[in-house]
Amino acid sequence: MDLTTFDYQKLEDKIKTRELSCVDVTRAYLDKIEAARSLNAFISVYKNDALKRAEQVDKKIAANKAGQLAGLVLAVKDVLVVKGGRTTCASKVLSSFISPYDATVIEKLKAQDVIFIGKTNMDEFAMGSSNESSYFGPVKNPRDMDRVPGGSSGGSAAAVAGDLCVAALGSDTGGSIRQPASFCGVVGLKPTYGRVSRFGLVAYASSLDQIGPITKSVSDAARLLTFISGHDHRDSTSANLPVDDYMSYLDQDVKGLRIGLPKEYFAAGLDPQVEKPIREHIDVLQAAGAEIIHVSLPHTEYAIAAYYIIATAEASSNLARFDGARYGVRAQGVKDLEEMYIHSRTQGFGREVKRRIMLGTYVLSSGYYDAYYRKAQKVRTLVKDDFERALSDVDCLLTPVAPTTAFRLNEKLDDPLTMYLSDVYTVSVNLAGLPGISIPCGMDVSGLPVGLQLVGKPFDEGTIIRVADFLEKSH
Amino acid sequence: MHFEPVIGLEVHVQLKTNTKIFCRCSTKFGAAPNSQVCPVCLGLPGVLPVLNERVVEFATHLALATQCHINETSVLARKNYFYPDLPKAYQISQFEEPFCEHGAITIHVEGQAPQKIGITRIHMEEDAGKSLHAESFVAKNETLIDLNRCGTPLLEIVSEPDFRSAREACEYLVKLRQIVVYLGICDGNMEEGSLRCDANVSVRPLGEAKLGTKTELKNMNSFRAVEKAIEYEIHRQEMVLENGGKIEQQTMLWDANRNVAEAMRSKEYSHDYRYFPDPDLVPIQIARDYIEAVARRMPELPDAKRHRFQSFFGLPEYDAAVLTETPDLATYFEKVAEDVNDKKLASNWVMGHVLRALKDHNDSIHTFPVTPRYLAEILQLLETKSISTNSAKIVFDECFRTGYDPKNIVEKQKLALITDDKKIDQAIDQVLDSNARDVQDYLGGKAKVFGFLMGQVMRATQGKAHPQTVQQALRAKLDALKNEKSTEGS
Ligand SMILES: [Zn+2]
Repeated sequence: MDLTTFDYQKLEDKIKTRELSCVDVTRAYLDKIEAARSLNAFISVYKNDALKRAEQVDKKIAANKAGQLAGLVLAVKDVLVVKGGRTTCASKVLSSFISPYDATVIEKLKAQDVIFIGKTNMDEFAMGSSNESSYFGPVKNPRDMDRVPGGSSGGSAAAVAGDLCVAALGSDTGGSIRQPASFCGVVGLKPTYGRVSRFGLVAYASSLDQIGPITKSVSDAARLLTFISGHDHRDSTSANLPVDDYMSYLDQDVKGLRIGLPKEYFAAGLDPQVEKPIREHIDVLQAAGAEIIHVSLPHTEYAIAAYYIIATAEASSNLARFDGARYGVRAQGVKDLEEMYIHSRTQGFGREVKRRIMLGTYVLSSGYYDAYYRKAQKVRTLVKDDFERALSDVDCLLTPVAPTTAFRLNEKLDDPLTMYLSDVYTVSVNLAGLPGISIPCGMDVSGLPVGLQLVGKPFDEGTIIRVADFLEKSH
Repeated sequence: MHFEPVIGLEVHVQLKTNTKIFCRCSTKFGAAPNSQVCPVCLGLPGVLPVLNERVVEFATHLALATQCHINETSVLARKNYFYPDLPKAYQISQFEEPFCEHGAITIHVEGQAPQKIGITRIHMEEDAGKSLHAESFVAKNETLIDLNRCGTPLLEIVSEPDFRSAREACEYLVKLRQIVVYLGICDGNMEEGSLRCDANVSVRPLGEAKLGTKTELKNMNSFRAVEKAIEYEIHRQEMVLENGGKIEQQTMLWDANRNVAEAMRSKEYSHDYRYFPDPDLVPIQIARDYIEAVARRMPELPDAKRHRFQSFFGLPEYDAAVLTETPDLATYFEKVAEDVNDKKLASNWVMGHVLRALKDHNDSIHTFPVTPRYLAEILQLLETKSISTNSAKIVFDECFRTGYDPKNIVEKQKLALITDDKKIDQAIDQVLDSNARDVQDYLGGKAKVFGFLMGQVMRATQGKAHPQTVQQALRAKLDALKNEKSTEGS
C-alpha cells in the first residue's frame, strides 16, 4: 500500500516501530509533490530542509527523544510565517518576503518534531473561495483537474487530498478551511475564535481569522488541534482557557446527543445532490440514538452582507502596510511618495484583493461608517445571538458546507457576487466565532466529494470531533 | 471691534515606560537608528500587538490627577493613514471610547482668579517613527527612517476650549507638565519631544456666544513658542476679520526661526482616518478596585504638596510654590527641613543659594554636591550660632566646590564662633577694664560709645564671637554697671 495515503494515526506506528523512517516518508511525499506539479498546490517546497529535518527526527526517534508528532509531514498555507523561508500570501507584493520569525503554531509543531514539507498555494491574502486569485496561478482539484479545490486554503486541501503530505494547516476567515476540505473530500477544522494563536498568521480579517488543520481523518485533526491550541501571550485575542485532550473524544457513541438542523441551511439554493448524502448521515445519527432537533437561525440571510463588510473593512487596514516603503514590491521610476504608494500597490495586488480593499475602505469612510460598518457589527451580534439561542438547546448543529460541490475553474471568476454567496453556510460560523468541522460525507453523481459541517458551542471542539469521528467511522 | 480669543490645547505626553506600548522593545532615547525594533513594532506581516500594562497604570495616574472619569471599558482603535514612518499604515489610538473623560486642571495666572480648565478626554496611543530628510547625511531626494520611537507610548490630553489668552494656555501647559513630572510618567522635556502641544485657536467678537472658525497650530517646541505662536495666530485672525475677511479652517505650522505661522498645504492634512476598533486588541476593562489600588500608590500632587508646605512648614505661599515646582526640589527641601528648626531659614537658603548655584552651573539637584544633609548641617551651625551668616555662605560655596563635609570645612578654615559664654565674658571684662574712660562716657549717657566697645570685644575675640551674643552680653554688663552707679549715687 502507498504510504502517502496514510493518515498520521496509521503512519505513527510504523515510524515509531521504525518500520518506516522519517526520511523514507519525507522522500515519498517529495516524489509525490514532484509528480503532481500540475496541481500547483505548493508555492514553496522545502526539499532539502525537510530531508535534513527528517534525518534529525529519525535520530531523535532512535534516541527515544522524539516529540509527539514525530514524522508528521505537514504542509503549511503560505499565509503563516515560517522563519527563514518565503511567506508570499500568494501575492506579488510579498513574492520575495522572508520572515525573520516563526508563527506560534509553527513553533509549537516544531517542538513536536513535525516535518514541514512546504508552503501551499492559496487565494491571494486568503481572499477567495476557489483558489483562483493566487499570483502563482490556480490550484487544481485532485479529484477532478478541471475543477477548483475551493478556497482560500485550496493548496492545503489539494495537498492533503492529493497525498502530497500527511496533513496541512489552513486558515479560515469565512469558510477557507471547511469549504476546500469539502470540495477536495478531506477533513477541515476551524477552531473557536481564540482557541489557536493567530501570531504569525498574516491577517486578512483579524476578528474572523482562525488557524486550523486539514487532514485525512478526524483523529488527525483532533491530534493537531491539541498541539496548536492554547493561550499565547503574544496574541491578546487568544483565550486563556485550558486545552482539552481532543483525542479523548474519538471512538465515542452519539447516543443522547441533541443535534440541531438549522432550517435556513436546508432551504432553496442547496443542491439536492449535496443534500442527499447529508440527509443519509442525519439518519445514521438518528439510528445511533442521537436526537435530531429542528432549529432556526433567523438572521442567516444578512450574514453574507455583514461578513463582507466586516472582513473587507479589516482587510483594508490590515493590508495597508504593504506599501512598498519597507519590504515587498516597490514600484520603480516614481516621482514622489504618493506615486510610490499608488504604483507599488497597483502592481503588487491582484484584482480580488484590490476589490476588497476598496470595498473595505469605502465602508469605513466618514459618512458611510454608520450605514455599513456599524450596522454590520449589529448584524454580527444578532447572528451570534441566533447561534447562542440555538446552541442552548442542542449539543451541536449539522449543516452543509457549501451549496454545491466543486465548480469548474473560471466558472465564477467574473461573477464575484455569486462567488461570495457560495459562502452562505460557513461565514456565519466565523461571525459567531464558533468551532466548525467539515467532513466528507459522500459524492454527487459525477463523483465529486460532498462535505458535511458540524458547528459546536464556543470552545467545545470536543463535541463536533466526537460526532465527526463517529460519522467517519460509520462509513 | 474687540475680539475674544478661544483656545483649546491637545497635548501629547510621552510616557516613561521601560518598554514600548505594544511590544517589549526599549524606549530609551538616543540609541543607534533602528536598533530598538522587533517584528511587532516594525509591523511585519503576521504580528500582533499586546498592550503594555504600565501604560494603563500611567494613564490611570493621570486620570486621577486630573479628576477625569475613567471609563469602565475603553477601546483601542486604528487611525489609518499612509506615511513611511508608520509601518502598519495605521496608528493604534483611541477614538470613540477614550480611556477617561470630563476632568479639570486648575490654573492660576498672576493677577487673575484661579481658573478651572476642563479636560475633554485623555486617550492612549502609540508614537510613529521619525523621517529624516534635512540632516547632512541624507542625500537629496532621499528620506531615511528611524523606527526606534515607533511604538513609544503616548497619552493625548485634550482640553476644552477654555483659554482666553496665550498666557492662560501656557500656564496650563506648565501645570500639566508639572503634574506628569510629579507622577513620574513623563520627563516633560519639550525640546526632546517628550511633551508636544498643538493648539486650536479661534476668535470671536466680544460678547458673541458662537465660536469662530478655528485653525490648528502645530510645531511648537517650547513653552515660549506656544505662547508666541498663539499670540501670533490670534493677531492674524483678528486682522483678517477686521479687514472683512473669513477665517479658513486649516492647519498652521509655527516657524520658530522666523516667528510666523504658515498654513500647510491642504493635501497634507485632509485625511479621512477611517477609525475603527482594532480587532487585534481586546477592550480595556478597568475595575473599581484597580483604580483604588493605583490611587493608593499615587505620589503627592503639586497642589497638595504646596498646601502642605504652607500649613505644615508654615511657609509663605510664594515659598511653597517655588519649592514645589519640581518634585525633586521639593524632596530636597523636605530633607533639609527635617533637621532644621527654622523652616523659613531653610526655605530662604534653598530658594536663594541652592537654586542660584543650580542655575549658574546648570546642575541637577540629583548630583548637587551640597546634599540635603550637608545643607542641614550648615543651617544647624547657623541656628546654634556656631558660625556667622557670612561663614555659612563660605562653607556652602566650599562644600559646593569640593563636596567636603561642612563640619570639616568649618574646622579647616577656623570659622567656628566662640560659643563658650565664659570666654566672651572674659573678653568683655578685659575690654571694660582697659577702656574705663569710655565706659564712664557711656554710663554718662553717650550711647554711641556702645558701638566702639562692641568693636573692641569683637577684635579681642578675633571676630570669632557671635556678634549678637556679644551685643547681648555687653549690654547686660553695662546695664549692671549703670545700676550699680545709680545705687551708689543715691
Ligand atoms: Zn518592538
